[in-house]
Amino acid sequence: MDISILREYIPLYKEALLLTMKIGWQGILMSLIIGLVGSAILHFKVPVLKTIIGIYIEIFRNTPLLVQLFFIYFALPKVGIRITAETCGVLGLGLLGGAYMIETFRSGLDAIPVIQKESALSLGMSEYQTLWHVIMPQAISISVPGLLANVIFLLKETSVFSTISLMDLMFTAKDLIGMYAKTIECLFLLVVFYLIMLLPVSIIGAIVERRLRYGQFGD
Amino acid sequence: MASLGIDVLFKGTNFMRLLQGLWVSIEISLISVAISILLGLVVGVLMTVDNKILKAVLKLYLETVRIMPQMVLLFIVYFGTTRVFGWDLSAEASAIFVFTFWGTAEMGDLVRGSIKSIPRIQFESAYALGMDKLQTYLYIILPQTIRRLIPLSINLITRMIKTTSLVMMIGIVEVLKVGQQIIEANRNTSPNAAFGVFGVVMLMYFLVCWPISRLSIYLEKRWT
Repeated sequence: MDISILREYIPLYKEALLLTMKIGWQGILMSLIIGLVGSAILHFKVPVLKTIIGIYIEIFRNTPLLVQLFFIYFALPKVGIRITAETCGVLGLGLLGGAYMIETFRSGLDAIPVIQKESALSLGMSEYQTLWHVIMPQAISISVPGLLANVIFLLKETSVFSTISLMDLMFTAKDLIGMYAKTIECLFLLVVFYLIMLLPVSIIGAIVERRLRYGQFGD
Repeated sequence: MASLGIDVLFKGTNFMRLLQGLWVSIEISLISVAISILLGLVVGVLMTVDNKILKAVLKLYLETVRIMPQMVLLFIVYFGTTRVFGWDLSAEASAIFVFTFWGTAEMGDLVRGSIKSIPRIQFESAYALGMDKLQTYLYIILPQTIRRLIPLSINLITRMIKTTSLVMMIGIVEVLKVGQQIIEANRNTSPNAAFGVFGVVMLMYFLVCWPISRLSIYLEKRWT
């Protein structure tokens, strides 16, 4: 391994990391919003919307992100919907993540005993207050480990962005290998930079999960 | 419909070629899943063994696989091994190796989880009856975990099929690549082919994965 080559490549990788993280957090934010809204719709069994959300989940959970991106990026312009590669990345990640987040939040909502809702209502709280002050705080804390697992999954999935010519880590590595054939250095940096991005999330996930397990009653 | 490129699909053998492309990724995933399940059973049992070094090694293995995108692993195996060891692995072989490496870790963790859920008394009773470790696992523990494991392993199949779409990146001609070729070949006669072709590819993946994931959910509800 050649240190001078590493030093030369690091700025390129840093830029790619920033782009990956930029698209990553926007996509994750979008997936969280879809997840919260979608899970509430499923939990309260809103007619019509419930069916639409159901179909959406099945489609996005049962096709690969790569295929979804190709469809959004190459096929949609043919029917007049044109978007940039970056928007496409955010949209693809957000829609894929949303389908997973809905399931995670919903299992959190479903885990809250009915008595919590009944007690809140009998204390004179409105439906909205019950949801916002009683159900949601408990449901979200139950879904945190699943949520962090989803975040790691989504950040890993960003590696397919290179196929729609976004200059992310994967693209940079492939490009540099193609041009200068410094395969070992490029792959080494690729691993290091993915670790920089994913290791903190993974460690936080492990800590949070342990804390939550202590927090539960009994057992 | 012609303007959306659906017609391109029925020109010549285009549709058959797409199906063949799909079969390439399904074949890779089925081979990888089969090996992963067998190795995963062994790794999962090893994960429950009380040995600090073994535990640390397996934990490191599992976390590595969890944290690295499969695409990075593919690149390391496909491009890296050629450079470092001078091996000339074919793209298919590297894909199967990477997906098995990943699947074994995932399967191992599922097996570990189901073994942990078996009450201790099952082990103790088996030992009290004079069975040795191997017998206990073979005749008492594993048969009880199988029911829990079957839906989870079926779920692993759909994840595997979805992930194998990445093999396109190391030059295997699978359904997306075939789709691209068809679109390129018909660029002049039907410029909108991308919509029809990629739409159908997405539908194909859905039609393969959806029944499998439904089956897994159904079995999980029925058996646990």
